[in-house]
Amino acid sequence: MIDFAELVGEHGAVTVVGGRTRWQAGGEVASGTREITAPSGVISYDPAEMTVAVKAGTTTAELASILADHGQRCALPERGGSVGGAIAVGEHHLEALGRGRLHTSVLAVAYVSAEGKVIRGGGPTVKNVSGFDLPRLIVGSLGTLGLVDEVTLRTNPSPSASEWFESGDADPFEVMNTVLRPSAILWNGATTRVLLEGHGVDVVEMQRQLATIGTWEAIDGPFELPPHRWSRTTRELRDEHGAFVASLGVGTVWRHDPQPPRTLEPGIVELSRRIKTQFDPTGRLNPGRSVY
Amino acid sequence: MSNDDELIKDLRKVLGDRVRVDSAERALLRRDASVFDGGVAGPICLCESANEVQQVMLTAITHGRTVVPRGAGTGLAGGAVPLGAPVVISLARMNRILDVDLESRIAWVEPGVVNLDLTKHLTPLGFHFAPDPSSQQVCTIGGNVANNSGGPHCLAYGVTNAHVLAIEVVLADGTVVMLGGLDAEPTGYDLRGAYVGGEGMLGITTKVAVRITPNPPAVRTLLLSFNTPREAAATVSAVIAAGIVPAAMEVMDQRITIAVENYVNVGYPRDAGAVLLAEVDGLEGGVELDAERIEAIGRANGATQVRRAASNEERMLLWKGRKTAFGAVAQIAPNYYLHDTVVPRSRLAEVLEKVYEIADEHNLAVVNVFHAGDGNLHPLLLFDGREPGIYERVHAAGSAIVAASLDAGGVLSGEHGIGIEKQAFMDRMFSADDLDHQERLRRAFDPSCRSNPGKVIPLGHSCADIQSLRSVPHEVWG
Repeated sequence: MIDFAELVGEHGAVTVVGGRTRWQAGGEVASGTREITAPSGVISYDPAEMTVAVKAGTTTAELASILADHGQRCALPERGGSVGGAIAVGEHHLEALGRGRLHTSVLAVAYVSAEGKVIRGGGPTVKNVSGFDLPRLIVGSLGTLGLVDEVTLRTNPSPSASEWFESGDADPFEVMNTVLRPSAILWNGATTRVLLEGHGVDVVEMQRQLATIGTWEAIDGPFELPPHRWSRTTRELRDEHGAFVASLGVGTVWRHDPQPPRTLEPGIVELSRRIKTQFDPTGRLNPGRSVY
Repeated sequence: MSNDDELIKDLRKVLGDRVRVDSAERALLRRDASVFDGGVAGPICLCESANEVQQVMLTAITHGRTVVPRGAGTGLAGGAVPLGAPVVISLARMNRILDVDLESRIAWVEPGVVNLDLTKHLTPLGFHFAPDPSSQQVCTIGGNVANNSGGPHCLAYGVTNAHVLAIEVVLADGTVVMLGGLDAEPTGYDLRGAYVGGEGMLGITTKVAVRITPNPPAVRTLLLSFNTPREAAATVSAVIAAGIVPAAMEVMDQRITIAVENYVNVGYPRDAGAVLLAEVDGLEGGVELDAERIEAIGRANGATQVRRAASNEERMLLWKGRKTAFGAVAQIAPNYYLHDTVVPRSRLAEVLEKVYEIADEHNLAVVNVFHAGDGNLHPLLLFDGREPGIYERVHAAGSAIVAASLDAGGVLSGEHGIGIEKQAFMDRMFSADDLDHQERLRRAFDPSCRSNPGKVIPLGHSCADIQSLRSVPHEVWG
């Protein structure tokens, strides 16, 4: 097997192709850019430690299935595509309230730098403040600072009970104030779907709490999600309109059209430009794509 | 460039008499709560607003000087020790809670707000700030951001990084920026995430939006007694392996347990070889189930006694013992050196035994009180600083503990940071290329290496830092 760092090399524009499920994120890659694929497979998985290290090309579905065999799960989204792709766009799982947000679940990364070197950031343990937090910078950077080779993720035990409920008359914004720890609150402007998880007795109790703010019935799962993610604040969600699915308590909204680019303050643009220049001085990693 | 009289004159134009230069005050700020002495504080600036911090930064730039931010000075890795007479930017007076938004579950605070003061402010509203370092009665939110602080309850709730949404920062070039945002996935690089844990080297925090957490309706606090620390550690590993995520799991060995009892008398068993303080929270039904399971796992691993806090008062008392442990150590020895490493949770018992062996080999007393659920060890090496040659022995033992933790697949620090304490160990965990990339992050935020130079990155990998340290007028401030 060819070493991923060798594949990236030291020269020429390069991009990594995973499942192409989020290929449009950050703009079109410049034409003529060499396409490579990242290695795949689980590197190490210790269920008792609740951490897993995987190669970036592993599909999120394959990882989810391996974790499920041991009664565990993680914060990566399960909407297709590869682990590396999900890390590159920084997408949370639909159930981020229950599973934790992606950024804090990534314990360590190994990426290939613009100079073709393997760089490791973070550490393998669940708690770590050794040095600057490179993993946080890499998550959501769309492969513009380094090309992800390996990722170490925190895993969580899958709850013994997990049930979705739907209501047409409950105020979705009241769910958060009524139920202690819902795993997901989805709203499409008309109906609300809530995922309750934990011990069976807790789910029964939370269901009783839900009943105080509306009529609910058990359903199979979440809404069908439109393809594009928008990022909102909690307060902005109240004004959402058209066809959408909003994740309350998180702020992600799925819509059929992509979110228009948002302008950043000049200081942030300048800081982002300095980061890009430091990590990829010649601009060979995913040229054409930009996160800012 | 210019002499210090002119620097002080210009700083006084910004802050008036809130620039302190007398030797007594400067001597106080030579160090933080770590064992490291030898810092030299320049003029101390007691800032009261972001604008003042920005003006002080611009003044430091004009005079070619470095800066070091300072909160309560409770850091244990020397992160706030002023190296090379920097302008000290004290944020302790910026201690206002600016806004609490219950619907969004966000609080805006200034960096000098004391961690526990925020939680006390939120308690009547049914919320708290989840990171709870043992120093929470004095440490500040700005310091928590700089060190990505943890605490016992970070086992279930996550460390500071999981609770910070946006940070207003004065960068080392005097620019004020807002990192992150209140929406789900703020546009751009995760600068907020990269900034947390930056130990004051990426800029100066002037405002923070933190996530606030609802108080759980049900809590169970258990005190399990064991004959040996190994059994306590094995119980912790078994609880995690069983898929239970308690709110906290803390272990104390016999020596520290007795010291705590002598100090605050909270009812810990003096005859136990180790105690495990475990807490689960959430809804009544599930909390009871988890408490029963932890109890059973404890007994299967040799627990001789299991006690449950019967009231909130008893629970607070059990926690008071844990949180005053470091203060209690003073009865055993005049000085202690608290280490902070993390190991995989499945290897806790093994590394803990190694820690006792290392202390024996160096003829030092050691006590252990630690965040066992995270695998976060906190051995305290006890000594009398007046003993000749003692610091060499203490540092040798500390170095061996760090090596043993790394050998077991662990990391250098779980929550105290690198500062100057573990700088020299960084290349045991990271390659030269890894460190080069951490340095690139630093240079992107602070190309001039003005903010808190000489920390975290080993000096050999950070030339610009050496330069900014050399530019210091030692003859004036030494």
